[in-house]
Amino acid sequence: MKQLVILSGKGGTGKTTVTASFAILAGSCVLVDADVDAADLHLVVKHEVRESDNFISGKEAVISEELCSSCGICRNLCRFDAITEDLHIDPFSCEGCGVCARACPAEAITMHDSDCGRWFISDSAFGPFVHARLHIAAENSGKLVSLVREKAREEAEQKGIGLILIDGPPGVGCPVIAAVTGCDAALIVTEPTRSGLHDMKRAAELTAHFKIPTFVIINKADLHDETARDIETWCSAKGIKTLGRIPFDSAVVEAMSSGKSLIELPEAPAAAALCNIWREMLSETELLNA
Amino acid sequence: MIDIMDNKPRRRPFTIAVASGKGGTGKTTLALAMALSLANSGEAVALLDADVEAPNAHLFLKTEPGQALEATLSVPQINETRCTGCGKCREACAFNAIVMICGKPLVFGELCHGCGGCRLVCPESAIEEVPRTTGWLESAETNGLSFMRGRLKVGEAKSPPLIRTLLKNAPQRDWIIIDSPPGTSCPVIAAVRRADFVLLVTEPTPFGLNDLKLAVGMVRAVGLPFGVIVNRAGLGDREVQAWCRKENIPIMMEIPFSRDIARTYAGGGTLLDADPDKMKVFVELALSLAGRGA
Repeated sequence: MKQLVILSGKGGTGKTTVTASFAILAGSCVLVDADVDAADLHLVVKHEVRESDNFISGKEAVISEELCSSCGICRNLCRFDAITEDLHIDPFSCEGCGVCARACPAEAITMHDSDCGRWFISDSAFGPFVHARLHIAAENSGKLVSLVREKAREEAEQKGIGLILIDGPPGVGCPVIAAVTGCDAALIVTEPTRSGLHDMKRAAELTAHFKIPTFVIINKADLHDETARDIETWCSAKGIKTLGRIPFDSAVVEAMSSGKSLIELPEAPAAAALCNIWREMLSETELLNA
Repeated sequence: MIDIMDNKPRRRPFTIAVASGKGGTGKTTLALAMALSLANSGEAVALLDADVEAPNAHLFLKTEPGQALEATLSVPQINETRCTGCGKCREACAFNAIVMICGKPLVFGELCHGCGGCRLVCPESAIEEVPRTTGWLESAETNGLSFMRGRLKVGEAKSPPLIRTLLKNAPQRDWIIIDSPPGTSCPVIAAVRRADFVLLVTEPTPFGLNDLKLAVGMVRAVGLPFGVIVNRAGLGDREVQAWCRKENIPIMMEIPFSRDIARTYAGGGTLLDADPDKMKVFVELALSLAGRGA
């Protein structure tokens, strides 16, 4: 079983558009939406939910007003500014460490399981699709990413599918680390902007840290030719292969608006570019020879 | 001689956070335009780049900010001569950052949230806390404003402590403009938590609308006043505007899609470079949000 993760560093460069099209080009794969914070892949992948459950992770402190003696010890000990001046828990800041509950002389604080989101296994035309929704303002996005990836591996094994495609989150923090660890290859989708270049470098630094073979493609490439060349120069100096350029194409938004993946509009120049990139990707890696 | 500026009564800073569910909608572009417009009209402004995983604002200020502070998290260090291997620290750790190996605790610093719980429960006072670097605060005085950013160490998972450190150490100016990270989970909450107003930037596409709904859910849950800016208007459809109307959400500004703006941005230019007339619009918006409108 091989796992390919699609990253970017900077948000909005086209990860989801690329992932949805790759799924169709692959024909058969397990598809994962690891951007559990702002999941969009389900909007362009026709699917039917087969299985779903709550994602319970971590704890949250609850203060009983009846038992509380207002001593304020909890507030002094909390490192997360999660206890307000009038000694209430701010659930958005509480990280569930339990220090307050242990220290409370009145035993007024208890720790409760925290319901952080929901995960889904769906069926799509090209195979199982595992996605999730982190509850608004919830914690533990990295653990939810690890959970959906675990579900995806189980699906791949049960059904004998050799490829897992992962639509990654932006950035380089906790959910991204959870999305890249153990992958066989990473594809960074960037754009020819100063920010795109800057954040691609950070994403590439992260994949290098985890020793994952990394490739780059440049989306909206004709927007700024000079920066596109800067990206290619930097990549080649780092020994990272750029697999191609995708032109700026209004068909990308059209496809999204009609709930389709880009590749379903075959006459679009961006779709043609993606087909070539997929062929390059296959010749560079062993992704379909698991 | 009396310095008039020094005697000017300082108001409490007014903090505007620029956020979005979806990445790449134009947070940095708008935060910069807002901060630069205010600075240009003579206001004292601090611009904070809180997108510490992918900090970009400095690229457009044409500055490489200098180090102001190393941001650290306090993680436990076990004094092995004092430790009796009782395991109370492991029991107390809610994050599995301490495991017992051969009867001795072993700390996994990268899992530690720095809550200090282990030190509190240790009966032998065998736990000390030592700083672990998670990133850097860097600052610059440039373009007439005070700029500070957080930069997360690559490979470091947790950005919220760094974001909180950034906000605590922010230069105190009359205006604080925060360029937030994307999403709706803990890093964003850390960035917008104490803001007086949140500007949610979106684009008029199905992805933009879906993620805007999540972002609106987030600011409503936290209880922050907010409004929407539609960037690249005309690119997709009108669903974002229709949904905002239905939900009674004010649209503070629409910025039409233009290849010109996109190209200027790509080359490291700001929205104000592409359209200097916008400066007035941003100043008016900021003043009206702060209740100082004409």
